[in-house]
Amino acid sequence: MAKLPSQREETLGGFVVHGVPFPIGADEESLEFLKKMAPIQIEQEYKITYLHSYGQDSPWFAALTNKRLLASRDPESGYTTANPRGHDMYSGAETKWIDITNVPAHVHAFTVCYFGSQEFLPECPFVLALIEFEGVNTLLLTRLMGVDPDAPSLNWIGMEVKPRFLRNSKLKPTDVYFVPNE
Amino acid sequence: MRPVYAISGGVSKFAKARPDKTFQAIIKEAYDYAIADIGLDFRTFTKIVDGSVASYFSDHFTRQLMAGIMAQDYLGLCPKPGHRVEGGGATGGLCFQEAWKSVASGHMDVCVAYGFETMSHVETWKGNEFIALASDVSFDYPVGGFYSGYYAMMVTRHMKEFGTTVEQMAHVSVKNYINAFHNPYAQKSQRITIQDVRNAPMVAWPLTRLDICVMSDGAAAMILCSEEGLQKLEAAGARVTRPLVKVTGIGRGTDAMRMADRPHVDYDFFMENYATEQEKSSDETKAYYKKLWEHGTRYPGVHSFRAGRAAGNMAWKHAGIQDPLHELDFIELHDAYTSSEIQTYEDLGLCRYGEGGPFAESGKAFLPNIDYGLKLKDKPVCAVNPSGGLIACGHPVGATGLMQGVFAVWQLQGSIKKHFRDDQLQVQNAKRGAIHSHAGTGTYVTVSVLEREG
Repeated sequence: MAKLPSQREETLGGFVVHGVPFPIGADEESLEFLKKMAPIQIEQEYKITYLHSYGQDSPWFAALTNKRLLASRDPESGYTTANPRGHDMYSGAETKWIDITNVPAHVHAFTVCYFGSQEFLPECPFVLALIEFEGVNTLLLTRLMGVDPDAPSLNWIGMEVKPRFLRNSKLKPTDVYFVPNE
Repeated sequence: MRPVYAISGGVSKFAKARPDKTFQAIIKEAYDYAIADIGLDFRTFTKIVDGSVASYFSDHFTRQLMAGIMAQDYLGLCPKPGHRVEGGGATGGLCFQEAWKSVASGHMDVCVAYGFETMSHVETWKGNEFIALASDVSFDYPVGGFYSGYYAMMVTRHMKEFGTTVEQMAHVSVKNYINAFHNPYAQKSQRITIQDVRNAPMVAWPLTRLDICVMSDGAAAMILCSEEGLQKLEAAGARVTRPLVKVTGIGRGTDAMRMADRPHVDYDFFMENYATEQEKSSDETKAYYKKLWEHGTRYPGVHSFRAGRAAGNMAWKHAGIQDPLHELDFIELHDAYTSSEIQTYEDLGLCRYGEGGPFAESGKAFLPNIDYGLKLKDKPVCAVNPSGGLIACGHPVGATGLMQGVFAVWQLQGSIKKHFRDDQLQVQNAKRGAIHSHAGTGTYVTVSVLEREG
């Protein structure tokens, strides 16, 4: 039989309180007693909408919406990064775009997240993976689908994978994810 | 640069939540302790101290910009000079080094470094989100931003390439938890076993809850001074512990924000640019590394911290250290994860790349005279995290690097019993120690060496 949790989940929220205990008189003894009181804690909302620009990296996201995966390459040295970089970190030169959609790719490292940041909790468990591409010098962080999150294995490292693209783009890096190339 | 002494420090009890006080008042606990420990009163110290450096990581946790000046104000330090430093998990280490710079450069004779974090103001999952915002918000965070996930990916690669095991990682947790059992400032006070670590809830495979440090509320403060500053303090009645503790090594390194962007350099490039003098001078090590590279290892990749190596190499050179394992009596090491402690053993040169796992279970980083309930192959050589580290003490980010500094000063003064009311954690005859502070996925790393004079 499955064991029930021994603790209730702690969350914020509750009743709106009007008035808190305070001495009726402001005599010296009552004021001294205030030092023994527990603190007042209030909830504060903090919501912001940012207008975030992808700047010079925008074509990378545009490519995802068209089911293409781009990388950046230094025109002289050929040093290639899977994440877009407007300028190469060694030469300082402006990079050019290359298409790596069909380049052979493998899992370099991975994990299964059973817990996470608030934004991603509903998606747990999910698999994060770093992907290596032939002819590309750096890796790409992505989601790996098509594997069992309840049975992680180091054998996943080295597995050949291929990109898949969301049909309905969200203009996020998760518009591309990877699956085993079976 | 002139000599700098770390003469005193204070740490608030690290706790999951400290709603009883505002962050300024929590800092004051540590600050007052540091002043009282040199036998001065608040007014006298305030008159002498030249300025400060404030350390805190995230404006999000407090929902307060310019919290540093609020602390400066509360501590009665206005209008003296002060500024805030921020560098993720390394914020405290950077703060220590900025205070060192202020004194070493001659800008100040007495400088106080203070830091805090109050992480309990949001729920744990929101805290994880804030911390994950310290990853690229265009490319990394939206994929599933979660630092435990990032570190878990590093260690799966370490395990695959080097054969590191989860049990070896659990040795780190057992060591640090059991050390912290004797540290009254630690957030966690429990004796655990390897099995406890593995049976704890899985967070990000293969890291369990006991492989990962916890969020905390806490503060720490340190007083650094020049010889002239020391004279001023003592002329005012300060009783500074002798022998003095001197800062003898400062090192820092950096690496790319996105760990996916880190290079994978070949053997020759590694040996020329990153290898320590010790590694370069050992034919056996060179042959070992050659073999690793022949089997596909590339540096730093995601299993190693280039920033940590750069910081370590710089600090060891500054302090004249050739062999950190045998020339340091202890290291307070940024163990946000058991896996990152293992990775850092390698980066700091305590063992070779790929040998962090066996090193973790060898016993070399343990303390003598403490029963860990483990069969350890080797005798202790250099205690790593005698305080219990981040895993058991907690990690109120802006305070953490300074907490390490305070514990290091107490170790070198031989005053652990006085401050902990227990001498179990006192490293016998400690002469030289290091503090290591680490940000992000290894983006900013600081290493500082402190030595007992005489």
